Amino acid sequence: MSSGEFIVRHEQALRLFPTKWGRVRIAVAVALVLAFPIFANSYQLGLANLIFINIVAVLGLNVITGFTGQISIGHGAFLGVGAYASAYLVSVVGVPFLLAVPAAGLVAAVVGSFFGIPSVRLKGLYLAIATLAAQFILEFVFKGWTSVTGGTSGMSAGAPHIFGYEIHGDLPFYWILLAAAALALLFVRNLTRTATGRALMAVRDHDLAAEIMGISLFRTKVLAFAIGSFLAGVAGALWGHYVGYVTPEQFGLGLSISLLVMVIVGGLGSVLGSVLGAIFVTLIPEALTTGATMLVPDASRLTDMLAFLREGLFGALIIVTLIVEPAGLAARWERIKMYWSLYPFAR
Amino acid sequence: MSWSSLLSLIVNGVVVGSVYSMVALGFVVIYKTTRVINFAQGELLLVGAYVCFALTVSYQLPFWVSFLMTGVFCGTLGYIIERVVLRRVVGDPIVSVIMITLGLSIVLRAIVGAVFGVNSQVIPSPIPDGAIMVGGVPVSYQYLFSMAFSLVAMIAFGAFFRWTRLGLAMRATATDQQAAMAMGIDVGRIFAVSWAIACVVSAVGGVLLATISGVNLGVSHFGLKVFPAVILGGLDSIVGAAVGGVLIGVIENVADGMFKSLLDIDGFRDVAAFALLVVVLMVRPYGLFGQRAIERI
Repeated sequence: MSSGEFIVRHEQALRLFPTKWGRVRIAVAVALVLAFPIFANSYQLGLANLIFINIVAVLGLNVITGFTGQISIGHGAFLGVGAYASAYLVSVVGVPFLLAVPAAGLVAAVVGSFFGIPSVRLKGLYLAIATLAAQFILEFVFKGWTSVTGGTSGMSAGAPHIFGYEIHGDLPFYWILLAAAALALLFVRNLTRTATGRALMAVRDHDLAAEIMGISLFRTKVLAFAIGSFLAGVAGALWGHYVGYVTPEQFGLGLSISLLVMVIVGGLGSVLGSVLGAIFVTLIPEALTTGATMLVPDASRLTDMLAFLREGLFGALIIVTLIVEPAGLAARWERIKMYWSLYPFAR
Repeated sequence: MSWSSLLSLIVNGVVVGSVYSMVALGFVVIYKTTRVINFAQGELLLVGAYVCFALTVSYQLPFWVSFLMTGVFCGTLGYIIERVVLRRVVGDPIVSVIMITLGLSIVLRAIVGAVFGVNSQVIPSPIPDGAIMVGGVPVSYQYLFSMAFSLVAMIAFGAFFRWTRLGLAMRATATDQQAAMAMGIDVGRIFAVSWAIACVVSAVGGVLLATISGVNLGVSHFGLKVFPAVILGGLDSIVGAAVGGVLIGVIENVADGMFKSLLDIDGFRDVAAFALLVVVLMVRPYGLFGQRAIERI
């Protein structure tokens, strides 16, 4: 596939998508995504929208966990911060939708970097637990700060308007979420080519060596949390407006866990992996439901059982994926590409 | 807030805290020997409680018999979990291992939910009703029993680690795996045994909890309360796990009561322990009894 292509000039090496076939694949993917609404029904559009939101959130977590190597078990709560901030800005303050979403991202970035400060002193397990604490503390704030968040019953996200038109329904949101996901993808892809991005990865690979080379650990780690939670905040804001309602239950520990699953199943530190992980983990529960209803004819009697079965299979899938492919789907994709580029001679 | 209501909050806190201590003990045993951060500890508690419930209520076995059988079952379960799942990810990055245990917790909770349903279940207690008065507050025999039992269990495990051959091998593995291997200790077996022990102590905690207040699927959040307990006590200390568990139980109960009566805010219980956790991490990350060998950057 990509064989026979030689990088001989500096500019070629610096390109966003270095190989010809890589660009072709991107073009095909873009064409598919643009054509998708033509033949999709509203259920499929809804799933696609969910995937776009997850891609943005997972990219954020990947900046923190994949690129910088800092574990965050509180990412779901950062989404919540964005969702509440945007809902408050749009429905109470009356800020335009297009301004409120990035503003919500900034609010989440501030909160995220605050909870990222422990990462300067703590590593591994300790950091994981500190971010877990962030998750619970933020959840408590969502429930307790009734005057802003509406407490446990939640709040309405307000109707989003763009240039006077109200955005409502799956199809308009498809284009908005697609644009957001594309921007986030380009942003993170570009980040890996900048000095900042390389600093993040240097901190992940060896923090002491990075510091000796003049990278400020404090600045870099807090920046990673800021970027990651900015993307989380944007994802949360978009999700809130898409669903129309924001409740604390949406942003519980379960969300944080499934975002982590997306990052790890996709592949740590890989942009492609974030996309694959988001698609895979979003579609798996749906596939399991469809599969189970096909196997069990009288599904209505077994709804409780079915929920547990789905949950259990999801957990089992995490375990099996991590045992079989610890480096994630992105690494598997690289191996498939390698197999075909060497085709008759590969193993 | 009156003195007697404060006292009853403390007593309740100690009882819940003794369950935390058991779960925290299991967590510390696994962490010390295998360096695995086990997020499925609360689900192991759940399994123990429900197995004991099934044996006493559905099969009508005497409490102590089913209690012993639960111990054996959970020990075997822990051994199998280590052999089948965790053994394959030894040496993987810490994030992957955390995700494996999270996956394990989802699977265990789903299995328990599918088999036993979502209703709250109470194990009939072998302890007679009645209470003694402590400072004007009634403390039921049930509470006394569970406190005493977890104290005895703690001492028994302490003695096991201190004086038996296997306990010595486990401590050696915790100190230095390679040196332990060179001394002829089967480190793989120690890993499996520590999972078995962790399952057994969590199951004991689960059974105690089930006799006091009953269990439902929500009880698995006990597994997350373990983190404040072990960090407060010191991550590598068995004594720390015991003391940390009780302290967390008391602190969250009292804080919850305070917030309810003074500020009229509900649900502070879940966040009190974690707020304290953040403070401990900032001020004294090695905890009350842990070694001061925290890696700083």
